[in-house]
Amino acid sequence: MIPELGHLAVILALALSGAGAALGLVGAGLGRSAWMRAAASAVWGQLLFMALGFAALVYAFLVDDFSVAYVAQNSNSLLPWQYKISAVWGAHEGSLLLWTLIMGLWMAAVAACSGRLPLGFLARSLGVLCLLNGGFLSFLLLTSNPFERLLPLPPADGADLNPLLQDFGLIVHPPMLYAGYVGLAVPFAFAVAALLSRQLDSAWARWSRPWTNVAWAFLTLGIALGSWWAYYELGWGGWWFWDPVENASFMPWLAATALLHSLAASEKRGAFKSWTLLLALTAFSLSLLGAFIVRSGVLTSVHAFAVDPTRGLFILAFLALVVGGALALFGVRGGAAWSAVRHGLFSRETFLLLNNLLLVVALAVVLLGTLYPLAYEAATGGDKISIGPPWFNRFFTPLMLVAAAALGVGPFVGWKRSNLRRLGRRLLACFAVSAGLALLVGLLLGESLSLGGAGALLLGLWIVATQGADLLRRRRLGGASTPLAYWGMSLAHLGFAVSLLGVALTHELSVEKDVRLAPGETFVQAGVSFRFEGVVEASGPNYRAQRGLFEVDDGGRHLQLAPEKRRYLAGGSVMTEAAIDPGLFKDIYVSLGESLDGGDWAVRIHIKPFVRWIWLGALLMAFGGTLAVADRRYRRLALRFAPGRRGLAGRPAGAGTAA
Amino acid sequence: MPPKRRNRLLAVAFVLVGAAAAVWLLLLAANESLNLFYPPHKVVNGDAPVGVGIRAGGMVLEGSVQRAPETLQVAFTLTDRQGADFQVLYDGILPDLFREGQGILVRGQLDASRVFQAEEVLAKHDENYMPPELMSLPTNGGSGLASPAEPH
Repeated sequence: MIPELGHLAVILALALSGAGAALGLVGAGLGRSAWMRAAASAVWGQLLFMALGFAALVYAFLVDDFSVAYVAQNSNSLLPWQYKISAVWGAHEGSLLLWTLIMGLWMAAVAACSGRLPLGFLARSLGVLCLLNGGFLSFLLLTSNPFERLLPLPPADGADLNPLLQDFGLIVHPPMLYAGYVGLAVPFAFAVAALLSRQLDSAWARWSRPWTNVAWAFLTLGIALGSWWAYYELGWGGWWFWDPVENASFMPWLAATALLHSLAASEKRGAFKSWTLLLALTAFSLSLLGAFIVRSGVLTSVHAFAVDPTRGLFILAFLALVVGGALALFGVRGGAAWSAVRHGLFSRETFLLLNNLLLVVALAVVLLGTLYPLAYEAATGGDKISIGPPWFNRFFTPLMLVAAAALGVGPFVGWKRSNLRRLGRRLLACFAVSAGLALLVGLLLGESLSLGGAGALLLGLWIVATQGADLLRRRRLGGASTPLAYWGMSLAHLGFAVSLLGVALTHELSVEKDVRLAPGETFVQAGVSFRFEGVVEASGPNYRAQRGLFEVDDGGRHLQLAPEKRRYLAGGSVMTEAAIDPGLFKDIYVSLGESLDGGDWAVRIHIKPFVRWIWLGALLMAFGGTLAVADRRYRRLALRFAPGRRGLAGRPAGAGTAA
Repeated sequence: MPPKRRNRLLAVAFVLVGAAAAVWLLLLAANESLNLFYPPHKVVNGDAPVGVGIRAGGMVLEGSVQRAPETLQVAFTLTDRQGADFQVLYDGILPDLFREGQGILVRGQLDASRVFQAEEVLAKHDENYMPPELMSLPTNGGSGLASPAEPH
C-alpha cells in the first residue's frame, strides 16, 4: 500500500510540475500576476509530494518490503539500517527519485529566497525549473519506476546492495553530487528567464551568482567525495581514473567554474554578458549529458548503471530538447546581450577571460576524450576503443599549470586597467618568495622531483604567495572590513593551490608495490616496514572476512593495519577493504590481494604522501564558494527589491548595479 | 564589404580554423594512445597488432590459471568458447571478481610469440554490470556472461 501511495505522490508531483510550468511561463507571458504567484505554490506542492514519494521508498527499504522489485534487487534483510536508507539511491531508479527530490528542494529554495526578484522573472525561472522537473519525473515514471511490484510471488529475501556501495562514502557522495548537478538548473533557469523577459542587463548575473556558487560548492564536494571513496573503497589506491562517469561529473564542474568567473565580470562590469548566458546554459546541459552517460550504459565504465536502451533514448531526447530549445532561444535573443566593454590588456577582465578560455579548452579536451570512443564505434561500425589516462593527463595538466600561473596574477589586477610597473614589482617579489619556498620544500622532501612536479610545486606556492600578498595589501590599505566575498575567493583559490600541490606531490612521491608475502615476512619500502603477521577469520553484520594483520613501523611510530577480504553472505560477492593510516603528510595504505599457495598472500602496499591535500583543497574551494554567498551585497540586493514593492511583470528591475 | 563586418568574419574564420586545428591535433594524439579492443578470434587470426597497446577480452578458461610459486606472476587463457583462445601473462594482483569461467578484459600488448602481456586485468564490476565490449561474445549457459541487461 505504502509503495502505491509513493507512486501516486510522484504522479501528483508530475501533474504539479506541468501546472507550475504553465502558470509560470504563460502567466508571465500574459502578465497575470495571480498566475505567476501560483507558480510558487505549485513548486511547494511538488516538493511536498516528492518528499512523500521518497519517504515511501525509504519506508519500503526499512521494512524489507521485497515485493517491491527495486528493494528486492538492492537490499537484504541482513543489511545494516543506515545502508538500507542509502540503498535507496544505490541504483538507477532510486537515485533518480533522489535527483527529483533534490530538484524539488532547489526549486523551493528559489521560491523561498527570491521573493524580492521581479515577479515576471521569478515566475519564468520557476516555470523553467518546473518544466525540467517534469522531464525528470516523466523519465522516472515512464522508464524507471522504483515502486514496481514483484507480484504475486515476491522473493523471500533481497539480492543485497552491491558491497562496494555499503559504505559511508556512498551515503553522502550521491546526494552532494546531485545537489550540484541539479543546482546548476537554477542558473540555467535564470538565464532562460532573462532571455525570455529580455532582461539582459547585469542584474540577472547578480541574481545568478549566489545560486551558482552554492551549486558549484556542492558539485565540488560531490566530486571530491567520489574521488575519496574510489581511493579507499575500490582497493586500487587511485583517486582519479578519467573514467567516463568521473568525466561526466567533471565536465559540468569545469563549465560551472568558468561560469562563476564569467558571472563576476558580467555583474561588476557588464562584460561578456552573452558569453555568460551561454555558459549558464552549457553547465546544466553538461549535467544532463552526464546523466545520459551514466544512465544509458553507452560508455565503458567501471561504475555505470546497468544497460537499458530505452532509458538512454529518453534522456537523449530530453537532452536534445533542453539543449536545442535553450540554444535556439539564445540564438534569437542572446544577441541583445552583446556588449563591447572596453578594458586594457592588463585588467581583471583579461584574466577572467583567460580563466574562461583555459577552462573551456580543458572542458573540450575532457568532452572529446569522453565521447571520442562513442564516435569511433559509430564511425567504424562497432570497433571499440578506450582512451587512457595518459592522453587526458598530457593535455589537461599543462592547461591547469597555465591556469595556476594566471591565477596568481588575476586577483592583483584591477578592473579596467592596472599600472603595469607597480604590478610588475609586486609580482616579482611574490615570485621570489614562492621560488624560495619551493626550494625549501624541495630540500625538506629530500626527493628529486621531475620538471613538471617542480613546476607544479612552484605554481602552488606562487598562488599561496600572491593571495597572501594581496590580503596583506588590503589590510594595509586600511579597509576596515574585507568583504566576505573576497575571503571566499581567496579561500577557494588557496584550495585550488592545495589540491594542485596534493596532486603533484602524490604523483611524484607515491610508492606503489604489489608484493607476495608469507606470514612472518617483513617488507620495507620508503622507510616504512611492514611485518605480515598472517590472516585471521572475522565476521561483520552481513559478511565474513579474512583479516590480514600488519605490524607497521613508520620511522619509530608503530601501528597496526588490518585490511580485509570480505565475502558478503547475501550475494556471495567478494570485496577488498583496504586499511589506511591517514596523515596530513602521508597515507600508508595496505590491501589484501589474493590468497596464494602455502599461506602466502598477494598484498598491495602504497605510500602516498600529500594525497589528503587533494580533497582538503576541494573542501577549501567549496567552503570559499559558500562563504562568498554570505557577503553583505547579496543582502543589500534583497533590500533593493523591498517587500511591498513586489515588481510586476515587465518592470525594468535592477537597472542600477552599483557594486 | 564594410570593414566592421570583414573584421568579424576574419575573427570567426580565425576561431574556426584554430578550433579545427586543435581538435585535429587532439585526435591525432588520441590515435596514438587509444586502445583498440580485440575479441579472441582477432587475437588468434593475427588481426591484433604485436607490440602495440591494445585491449582484449574473453572468458577465463577453466583450469587454465597457473601461478608462479614465488612471485605474483600468473598465466591464464582467455577463450570465446568457439575455438579461439590465447594466453595471458600478468604480474600483479587479480581483481576480486576474477574467476574461472568469468568474462574479463585485459589491457597490454601482444609479444612476439603472440602471448598477451597484460598490464591491467579488469573483471566485471558486479554481477549485473557487463563491459559493453564483452556483450557481443557468446554466453555460456547461465554463468559468466548471462543476462547482461538485468537492471541492478
